[in-house]
Amino acid sequence: MKKIALSLAATLAFATAAFAEPVKIGIDPAAYPPFTELNADGTWKGWEIDMVIEVCKRAELECEFVATAWDGIIPALTSGQIDVIMSSMSITEERMKVIDFSDKYYNTPTLMMVAKGSGLTPDPAAMSGKIIGVIVSTTQEAYSLAHFPDSEVKSYQTPDETYQDLAAGRVDAVVSDSLVGNVWLATETGLACCESAGNVPNDSAILGKGAGFGIRQGDPLKDKLNAAIASIRADGTYATITAKYFTFDIYGE
Amino acid sequence: MACPPPSQISALELLGFGECGWGISLVWGLGNSIVIALGAYSLGFLIGIGGAFGKLYGGPILKDLLAAYTTLVRAVPELVLILILFYAFTGALNEILLSWGYDRIEISPIVTGIVVLGLVQGAYQTEVIRGGILAVPVGQLEAARAMGMPSLTMARRITLPQMAANALPGLANLWLNATKDTALLAVIGFSELTRATSSASASTKAFFVFYPAAMALYLIISLTSTLLIGRIEKWARRGQRDVRT
Amino acid sequence: MQAFLKPHRIVLFLIALALVVWCATTMNWTWLANPKYQAMAVEGLWRTIWLTVVTMVIGFLLAIPIGFAQAAGPAWLAWPARAFCTVIRGTPLLLQIWLLYYGLGSLFPGNPWIRDSVLWPYLRESWPYALVALSLSVAGYEGEVMRGAFKGVAHGQLEAAKAMGMPRFTMFRRIWLPQAVQSVLPTLGGETVLQLKSTPLVSTITIMEIYDVAGRVRRDTFIIYEPLILLAVVYMILTALIVLMFRWFERRLPTRTA
Repeated sequence: MKKIALSLAATLAFATAAFAEPVKIGIDPAAYPPFTELNADGTWKGWEIDMVIEVCKRAELECEFVATAWDGIIPALTSGQIDVIMSSMSITEERMKVIDFSDKYYNTPTLMMVAKGSGLTPDPAAMSGKIIGVIVSTTQEAYSLAHFPDSEVKSYQTPDETYQDLAAGRVDAVVSDSLVGNVWLATETGLACCESAGNVPNDSAILGKGAGFGIRQGDPLKDKLNAAIASIRADGTYATITAKYFTFDIYGE
Repeated sequence: MACPPPSQISALELLGFGECGWGISLVWGLGNSIVIALGAYSLGFLIGIGGAFGKLYGGPILKDLLAAYTTLVRAVPELVLILILFYAFTGALNEILLSWGYDRIEISPIVTGIVVLGLVQGAYQTEVIRGGILAVPVGQLEAARAMGMPSLTMARRITLPQMAANALPGLANLWLNATKDTALLAVIGFSELTRATSSASASTKAFFVFYPAAMALYLIISLTSTLLIGRIEKWARRGQRDVRT
Repeated sequence: MQAFLKPHRIVLFLIALALVVWCATTMNWTWLANPKYQAMAVEGLWRTIWLTVVTMVIGFLLAIPIGFAQAAGPAWLAWPARAFCTVIRGTPLLLQIWLLYYGLGSLFPGNPWIRDSVLWPYLRESWPYALVALSLSVAGYEGEVMRGAFKGVAHGQLEAAKAMGMPRFTMFRRIWLPQAVQSVLPTLGGETVLQLKSTPLVSTITIMEIYDVAGRVRRDTFIIYEPLILLAVVYMILTALIVLMFRWFERRLPTRTA
């Protein structure tokens, strides 16, 4: 029901109606501020939402948002329940084996968060025997498994669950996207319990080349999306949207 | 959206319908849960009636296929079935459509949820209804047949009314299961009541506001259902001797 | 056996066999050869079985006093017991698990007395919450069944025992309990199957049982159906084992049917 109302709202908002079939944009409903987040009233907000509304406008696509659990978001794409994944998904070699990606629309480092005063650092030796919380099937999970072989890696379904367990002391550290992590560290709970232990050393083979739209292999949508991203980036709209959420450019080099 | 930090908002305001309250989200979730439960239960009932008669009076192949269906569904966790059907149902349908040269079709998540839970319900309801039919005394059917009663009249006057009375407790239980099984859709990201509750409490940390509230909502559904079913059962059992002492 | 092997059954079997062969040959099963997944699967399977068995036992032991309190206890015991059963049976298990793990679990670390206690290393883990939630669920459902069973014990026997001056506890131990337990035994098999089917829910609180292992394989390899199909088969085998075990068990028990 809510989704019907949402898609209705989204359709009205775009009102381009150039194409009969709306493009279904799959978004993980778990809060991922400042990129995607559900409001209390069931509407979406965040940087990625602003971004995709602009992309759809430029690509002349009628878009609707479909809440899709992260856990099954790639199967949902390949089985046709959604047409585009937009959930800060990193472009990695592994994923490229099953789906295609648009060009990246942002790229940021990866952060480790720990309990205040724990003195832990993102160093394999220091993390030996500790518990690291991550979100399932993310680049952060893959990174933690590869770079912290002597730590226990606990995988959660949603970002909020990792934060809750870091605050509750059930995990010693959480590895997350740096922007998302910093936003949480600035919240009431985040300030009370935890702090940043710094970014982890980059490993672009695992961490990928930034976040892009996921699409089915060979889908011609790719060119439309790429063109839209390039034009948004070129005419300064990207900077305007970004300025609403960040004090710096998140596109990466 | 200038809401104060959640810790400074009262419980009533958090549950309310104001700008900073999650009331709308919860009510949407509840609505979703009820719509899916009703849809799945009705679909399950249709499958159940068909399945029960098929199992009792169908041909040998139909009987075996139905036996495989009910055994399979009842042996595998609902969550696994939901996942398999959730991806297989839409995936297979679209693949068939594409191979025939049609376009992909759109199936709303609510319809998927109803079909998936309906198939699960159908297996259980088949068994309950079959049991209900079997409990109708054979003598009555034989007597009716001997009097030359047409089989449709027999079903309407004898089998169905008594079957209803016998199967009601089981069907009532399954209705309660249907309402609770909608919570499983939370695992695939569906915004029904349980998912709405967990999102609201994760955002606000007010676990002991939202979880008890959601539990109360589920309890209200189950208690009012029990009350209504009790009434219906009394009506269905009218004219039957009370076996309890 | 002859009645079982009718011609149409043989045809159905052949069709099923063809389906299995088709699955085995055209689908992607290469991941099964990965020793990492094999080790995970064994561990996950063990956890699933362990959780099912242990929570059934604890739950059943809890169900006895809960059922008895409702059937014969004083009002101040009967009402809480009834309320407990109503809440457990009236709300989704998933919600109960999340309330325990995320709700209750979030209170503990704020409390230095708990945080410094010897229990903390266990309270940090997720399995105690799964164990408690699943056990309470059994206690709620079976408690209701036990209530009926205690009520069903023939009154004459209890009156006779009372007239003979049997102490109340002996009466409970010798007459009430054995008869009630015997009358609920046939329901236990079904209840165990239901419990087995509830265990996948604890994967949502980071417990790696067999369902979670299948999920992990799916996420790592992006294979959608194959791990799920195998998972369904595993659950079917486990269910069949439970049913067979209880059937064997029931046959060994002395029963007297009226």
